[in-house]
Formats: sequence, C-alpha cells, structure tokens
Amino acid sequence: MDSDQRQESVGVDDIAPVIAPGHDYSTVTDQISTIVLTRRTPRQWLIGFSIAFVVSMALLYSIAYLLLKGTGIWGINNPVGWGFAIINFVWWIGIGHAGTLISAILLLLRQQWRTSINRFAEAMTLFAVACAGLFPILHMGRPWLAYWLVPYPNTMDTWPQPRSPLVWDVFAVTTYGTVSALFWFVGLIPDLATLRDRATSLLAKKIYGILAMGWRGSARHWYRYETAYLLLAGLATPLVVSVHTVVSFDFAISIVPGWHATIFPPYFVAGAIYAGFAMVLTLSIPLRAFYNLGDFITMRHIDNMAKIMLATGLIVGYGYIVEAFMAWYSGHPAEIYMIANRLQGPYRYVFWALILCNVILIQTLWSARVRRNVILLWFISIVVGIGMWLERFVIVVTSLHRDYLPSSWGMYYPTFWDWSTYIGTIGLFCALLFLFLRFLPMISIFEMRTIVPQDGAPKH
Amino acid sequence: MQVFHPSTNTISRVSIFGAVFFIAGLLWLLNAFHRSSYYTEVGVPIDQPIPFSHKHHVQGIGIDCRYCHSSVEFSSFAGMPATETCMSCHSQIWADSPMLEPVRASFRTGEPIQWIRVHDLPGFVYFDHSIHVNKGIGCASCHGRVDLMPLMWKVNTLHMEWCLECHREPQRFVRPREEVFNMSWQPPADQAALGEKLVREYKIRKLTDCSSCHR
Repeated sequence: MDSDQRQESVGVDDIAPVIAPGHDYSTVTDQISTIVLTRRTPRQWLIGFSIAFVVSMALLYSIAYLLLKGTGIWGINNPVGWGFAIINFVWWIGIGHAGTLISAILLLLRQQWRTSINRFAEAMTLFAVACAGLFPILHMGRPWLAYWLVPYPNTMDTWPQPRSPLVWDVFAVTTYGTVSALFWFVGLIPDLATLRDRATSLLAKKIYGILAMGWRGSARHWYRYETAYLLLAGLATPLVVSVHTVVSFDFAISIVPGWHATIFPPYFVAGAIYAGFAMVLTLSIPLRAFYNLGDFITMRHIDNMAKIMLATGLIVGYGYIVEAFMAWYSGHPAEIYMIANRLQGPYRYVFWALILCNVILIQTLWSARVRRNVILLWFISIVVGIGMWLERFVIVVTSLHRDYLPSSWGMYYPTFWDWSTYIGTIGLFCALLFLFLRFLPMISIFEMRTIVPQDGAPKH
Repeated sequence: MQVFHPSTNTISRVSIFGAVFFIAGLLWLLNAFHRSSYYTEVGVPIDQPIPFSHKHHVQGIGIDCRYCHSSVEFSSFAGMPATETCMSCHSQIWADSPMLEPVRASFRTGEPIQWIRVHDLPGFVYFDHSIHVNKGIGCASCHGRVDLMPLMWKVNTLHMEWCLECHREPQRFVRPREEVFNMSWQPPADQAALGEKLVREYKIRKLTDCSSCHR
C-alpha cells in the first residue's frame, strides 16, 4: 500500500493525517459504500464467512448437548465451579470496552482519529457482548429459567437478591448491550440513508430505507441528530468504567484469596480496554489490507491504538504487582499462599505465559518502528488477546482450586465441550462480523466526510 | 424514484409506538395466563377413577379427616387410605353399587386405586404435613372447605407467594390445636390477639429462609 510507505517515510507524528491526501466527499462515499453495494460477493468473504459459520454451528451443537446433559459436560466441579464459562464471559465483555471507549469517550474528547474506526469497533462491542451474555446464562444450568434474574412481578413473591453482584451483572450487561446497540444504530442512520439512495436493487432500497427511518439530511434532522448522538455518548461514557467494575465485583465482593482486593475495579477496566484495543487492531489490520482502506485507517490510527494498548497494558502490569504486594501486605497465609501457588503451583505455566504475553512482549511497543510494522503489531495484538484470556484463567482457576481448606483442594481441567463452546463463540463473533462487513458500511461515511480537508488546505 | 408510499410515514410511526403496547400487552397476557385457573386449576373439580365425595363423607356422615388421612399428624405425607379402609364400610353398605366396582376390584387384586393428586407440590419443595397440623394450622386453611366439595378441587394456587403469605405472618392464620380438624372454624374477632398468643405458645417461627423449603 503506497499510502503506508508515504506515511512511514515521513514518520508517525502529529502531522500524519487521519485521512490520506487527495480525497474529497465523493471518493470517500464511493470507496466505503461500494464495499456494501457491490453485487459480487468477494470469494475471500465467502470462504471466511463459511468457516466462521461452521464454527458457530459447533457452538449451537455444544449448547444443544449442554441443554441435554447439563453443566456436567464441562470440567467444572467442586472446588472450581467457575470454569471456562466465567473466564470467557469476562474476556468477551472486556473486549467490547474498546468500542465504547472509542465511540463515546473519544467523541466527547473530540479526537478526530476515532472517526474511521468507531463504526466497526462499536459493531465489535455488540457482537462481543452477545458472546459474553451467552456464558453466564449457559452456566446457570437451567438457562430456560434465565428470566428469573430479572425483577418482575412473579408468583414466588421474591425478588432477585439485590446484594449479590451477580444480579448487578444482569443490569450492567443488559444496560451495556442496550446502549451499545442504540448508539451503533443511531450512528448508522445517515449512512443507511446514503446506502438507500445509492442502492440499485429495489429490495436493498427498501430495507436500507426502512432502517434509515426517513432520513433526508435536512438541517433540522442534523441538529436533532447531533444532539441525540451527543446525549447517547454521555450515556455510554460511564459504562466504559461501570460495566467491568461490576464484573470485577463478582470476584472482589467474595472472600476468596486473590479476589478480595480493592485494586480489582480499575485493574479490570484497564484490562478490558487493553484487550479491546488488541481486538480492534487484530480486526482492523487485515481489514484495511483486504478492503484497501489504508487511506482511511492510516498509520496514525494504528499508532494511536498501539499507544493506548501500551498504556493500558502497563496499568495491567501494575495491577499484577499490586496483587502480589497486597497478598504480602495482608500477612494472611491463604493470600500469601495464593501468590506462591500462582508462581510455582500446578498452573504456573499459565501464569508465566500470561506474564510473557501481557507484560513482557508489549514492551516492544515503546519502539515506533514496532508500532509502524503492521504485521508485527498484528501478531502482538493477538498475543495480548491470548494473554488477557490467560489472565482470567489464572484469576478464576488458581484462586478457586486451592483456597482456605486444603482438604478440599482440587484441579480443574477443561473438557472438549469447554473448548468447543469457547471456540464456537469466536466463530459466532466472526460470522456476525462478516455479515456486518457485507451489509453495512464498516466506516462511518458521513463522519469521514467531515474530516476531508476543504479547498486542499490541511485542516487542523 | 419514490421507494415508499406516503402512507409509510403513518405506518412506521404507529408500528413503532404500537410495538411498546404490543409487547406490554403480551407480557400482561403471559402473567394473566400464569395466574388463571386454566393454568393453576384453582376451583376446577378433578375427575377421579371413582367420583368420591368429601362432602358426603365429611359433612353427611361426619367422618374425621384422620380416619382416611391417618398419618397427617406424624408424617410429612398426610396418607391415602388403603382400599381396606374403604371396604370397612363398603363391604356392608353400597356393597353392590356399580359405581364402587373399582374399589372391589382393587380389593380383589390388591392393586391400589390410582387417585389423581389434586394438591401436587413440585419435587423441589420440602413440605411436612405434621409440623403444620401440630402448630395449629387447620386443614381448611390450605385445602378449603373440603366438607362442601362433591369432587375435590384446589382453593389455593400453591404458588410460593401464597406459602409466604402465611410464613411471614403466621399469627393471621394460626388456630387452637383442638380446632385443626374443624372444617367450619372461623377466625374469631380477636384473631390478632389470639394469633399472637398462639404463636408464642406453640413457639411458631417465621421460616422464610430459602432453605426452609428448598433443601
């Protein structure tokens, strides 16, 4: 891609553009909308979607078998009752956070560079929340009674226990899902109208037309739209912090060694943004190569995301240090043993792999040369994604498998069905993402138009 | 080219606005169904293999509850009468009634009569008749005026909210032990005072922990 080379020769600094030179309103609109409106589905899309679809069918199969047999098909038992289901829940919900951060906080901070990545980051959030939501429900054992989690006037005359963080989770996650979906959809409306106007088939015109809700782009429309979008951004902003805080309470409210720590909320939030930006990079690097979007997702974006990843990664690393410090400072034998067990116990390989992925490898991001090397960066972002999954494994499993009562210590081994459910949700996530890429504009067309330089003069 | 007819504006407004009411109505319907006697069988007489009338046996003849439900004071299960219990009278009276042929058949073969359970608590509820009877909860408090029922039916839903109504305020329903099997006992005007006194006297605790019933 020659835009890459151009930017790399200049060096990534403040003058690197958020959109490559030479674009005007029509080229932006054309390039993004033709990806969706082209009649021919690219062969690579078909292959990718087919693989993702098959894997998501494996998820359906695993769920069907789970409903038939119960949670005994998983590796969970006493003392480790929170196996893959909770690890995956925390992992997926964390990944979603980057989307909300990009769309809400960066919008309020008027960071222009968010424009070309916010749309698919928000889509990623939605799909990640969908995958995350599956796990606690499946983990309940009788998922068909999941509606019991919701307070409603029932014949039992009881309400869900309001003192339980598991109930807070229900509110946190449903609010998160609703606000994310609304934010995403409202952001899509002007672009849906563009697609409606440019589509050639009547069916496409009708479908995009219904979704565009009669958008005509009048001044009044825009005025109301901007207000609504800003309000939604304000609504979504606290969610960046609150959702994963509540998720961390699932652990921190308990008295299990290694969980009962006040560092948990900020540590979890930083980890969520860390994993989320890793996922945005994992997705955006191949996307910009495949769809030739180097002009819109420039090295400036890649570099900024890598920097955020480095910053949040350092916070996460600090969290690991504080965990160890708190265990020592508490003077409690169970807490001290918990750290020793992480470092030297039966799951030490997982712990050291986590340190390698999350703390050591990302130090390379201090170098601008690494941040500019998209292939290397893509590799690092995947490593971080794996590292964050390992972190949740360490937190859930090493704390539970050996707690206060040595007589009830035990080991946790995931089964085939644990893996198939987990990998199945990755398939579901990818399948949804492929559908999104084919049917909706992955970059916000109307927001890109606002950052096109006017009269050829560079705009600040 | 015009994609949509002008009426689409109205249709979309009505459908978006109407969806709220539609969903609310659907939820209300679900709730109403769940509480309806179609679902709970409250007030619905249940057909039995033999049309046994509690009204005739209790009110007409004056048989005590415990003559048939003999373990109600000692066991979680109130007990169902063996065919021999029926035959202790029906070998003499109505001995040739065609209606009672299933009883005689059961007596000959030793195969118990397959009564249909009217008050069927779910398996995850631990319930004990003896503790309730011994702490002054009358049969009629839960089963209603059985002495007025030609065929048996439920007068209460057995929903958990119904159990909790009494478990939270037992003083409103407790009666003197000697009145437990009295079908026509009515709470006196001073039930508030009497209830408080009996709760103390019988040492009745307000058991509302989950594990009281879901063990």
